[in-house]
Amino acid sequence: MSRRLAHVDRVGIEERAAQLGTRSIKAGAKQHGIRLAISMLDLTTLEGADTAGKVRQLCAKGVCPAPGFPEIPSVAAICVYPSLVAVACAALEGTGVRTASVAAGFPAGQVSLEAKLRDTEDAVAAGAEEIDMVISREAFLAGDDARVMREIALIREACGEAHLKVILETAELGSYDHIRHASMLAMEAGADFIKTSTGKAASGATPGVCLVMLEAIRDHLDRGGRIVGFKAAGGVSTSKAVLHRLVLVKETLGDEWLTPERMRIGASSVLGDLLLQYAKTETGRYGRAEDFSRE
Amino acid sequence: MTRTSVLWDYAPAPEATDHVRLADRFGLFIDGEFRAPVDGRHVASVNPATEEPLAEVAWAGIEDVSRAVDAARAAQPRWAALPGRDRAKYVFRIARLIQERARELAVVETLDGGKPIRESRDLDVPLAAAHFFHYAGWADKLHQGVAAREVAPLGVVGQIVPWNFPLLMAAWKLAPALACGNTAILKPAETTPLTALLLAEICQEAELPPGVVAVLPGDGATGAALVRSPGIDKLAFTGSTAVGREIQSALAGRSVALTLELGGKSANIVFEDASLDQAVEGIVNGIFFNQGHVCCAGSRLLIQESVLDEVIAKLWRRMQRLRVGDPLDKNTDVGAINSAEQLERIEALVGAGEREGAVRHTIACELPGRGFWFAPTMFTDVAPAHRIAVEEIFGPVVSVLSFRTTAEAIDKANNSRYGLAAGIWTDKGAKAFEVAKALQAGVVWQNTYNHFDPTAAFGGYKESGFGREGGAAGLRPYLRIVR
Repeated sequence: MSRRLAHVDRVGIEERAAQLGTRSIKAGAKQHGIRLAISMLDLTTLEGADTAGKVRQLCAKGVCPAPGFPEIPSVAAICVYPSLVAVACAALEGTGVRTASVAAGFPAGQVSLEAKLRDTEDAVAAGAEEIDMVISREAFLAGDDARVMREIALIREACGEAHLKVILETAELGSYDHIRHASMLAMEAGADFIKTSTGKAASGATPGVCLVMLEAIRDHLDRGGRIVGFKAAGGVSTSKAVLHRLVLVKETLGDEWLTPERMRIGASSVLGDLLLQYAKTETGRYGRAEDFSRE
Repeated sequence: MTRTSVLWDYAPAPEATDHVRLADRFGLFIDGEFRAPVDGRHVASVNPATEEPLAEVAWAGIEDVSRAVDAARAAQPRWAALPGRDRAKYVFRIARLIQERARELAVVETLDGGKPIRESRDLDVPLAAAHFFHYAGWADKLHQGVAAREVAPLGVVGQIVPWNFPLLMAAWKLAPALACGNTAILKPAETTPLTALLLAEICQEAELPPGVVAVLPGDGATGAALVRSPGIDKLAFTGSTAVGREIQSALAGRSVALTLELGGKSANIVFEDASLDQAVEGIVNGIFFNQGHVCCAGSRLLIQESVLDEVIAKLWRRMQRLRVGDPLDKNTDVGAINSAEQLERIEALVGAGEREGAVRHTIACELPGRGFWFAPTMFTDVAPAHRIAVEEIFGPVVSVLSFRTTAEAIDKANNSRYGLAAGIWTDKGAKAFEVAKALQAGVVWQNTYNHFDPTAAFGGYKESGFGREGGAAGLRPYLRIVR
């Protein structure tokens, strides 16, 4: 079956995405937005050097990001490699913060389907409540949509009760048309969330990429599909960028999407800036990085 | 997990106005200085978002006009005799001063006209500066713009501009006129004189020789006096077709050059193979930009039947996200209607649309208690015979019509007395060129709308006027070919 691509106009989508970046978010709206964004964070560590100790520290940070500001909520989830899921689960028990795991040959996805399924099953068995998988770009770029979808569907099955976030790795797809198409494939194949990037590619959740995926989510729903969440990950490293992503969601999908059940922000480093900016709105002056713990 | 459950909305973000030093009273700018009008008449310029007066502005009478024309005539030979590179320096200086006073100009434009600060800040003021920069570059190479012919300025030009883009239209008019060696008398619109008067201040700051630019606020009577003045060599007008007609008959039989940029009912054509979400953005930008107070607004939306329902649904949802209200709020998308008179005109035509059987969809939004407001509106089931499909509404109202084939789209688009602009939305390059060639419109945008640039010519076909502004083509109406 030949592939039929939807059209996305690059100039138009980037203009609109940039225009939404000029929304002025000040004072109370900024505070509220930052608290909301923190509640949507998937606080992430995905390094070869990750250890149980590092993960436990990150979990503590996620549960209580800023002891000095009790109104700041916990993050949505802590995201780790499968081998550290058990550690995170133990550290997060009873806190309401969820354990997420990357799986299925993250980040390249260049392993056999069997290996992907096994990886997923292991993570779920260890207690992961959310799985972040990445699509096979190898199959997608070769035009094999059926295989892309079959893999997602099988991993979806392997997830059981766990939520599945499907990473498109947009930087490797080559065009907005492809990003929209991949979004649709992922949603039809059973994704609970679609997610921009692994964080390991050259670029990630640029405003244009986010907007294309948000429009795809909206159109999927309009055509009788399920509600699918959105996760922006990769390159969202400042409070301003985070608030811009919230604006994109608010003005494309509406207020119903501004909850951790439908919107996530994947980040390893942005929490520090969110806290600094939050403190600034409270105290009226910029603090120092040392004002908050570093894990 | 702690939940933030309250809806997240943007707090009010009003642009500061304390940096604006607006005089209580403005005189007429004649011969390089601000002067009281002969008959002493001043009229308040009102903020259409609050109905509060902003400043008292002198209105020019017949005697003031003739004083200004005399000063312009006296100044013209020396201005024209300056080497092009020296005129360029003045024009360039005006551009720089506009940039330096950009914040102030944007705030005053928004206060006086009701347009959102986002637009005056990001579009009106930067583009006004860009026009002066562009024409500064032409001043020493005018002959290159007119096929290497020897050229001379026309002399004294009268320029009458509308209220929808007060500063920008003044820039479109003044920049080429000055670069070409003409002296100019600018008459801003009666409801929006303030930024033109600030531009007069800028001319002073730029040390433009006295008499080269005059700014004469006033109403139609002032404009008529300027048109009838025996001392002008050219008249440039942007405004309604009705007034354009009066001007053209008043000038009949006189040796006065004329350019008119008049009304429009521009077709925005969406083909089934378009990028629909971006087309919807273009539709919104085409009709709700500046509250639809845009002569080239894409007010006649032509959608291919196969995607009609989908585009209407997308457009309606997008319209409901428009933020209508305080023009000074940096998050406002749609501001105030420019005047009570214009609001009445919009309401009358919208009433006609309902009576003739089109279906009205107006977004639910809270409008301020004072000032002039009209919520963004879409009419569906519009027939080509309806008044709202034919007449210029000049407000935030879009009429949706449908077509089946490319030939029908072209036919319907051209079925108008006007011919100012058009939009084409398709992913097929060949189709875009085919349709663009067949459209009788001065500007055709492909996969965008209301995109302006000083290098691009702008102007109309048919009852949308004649003459071009912008780019090399914009020089021609201000030059005489000597040989």
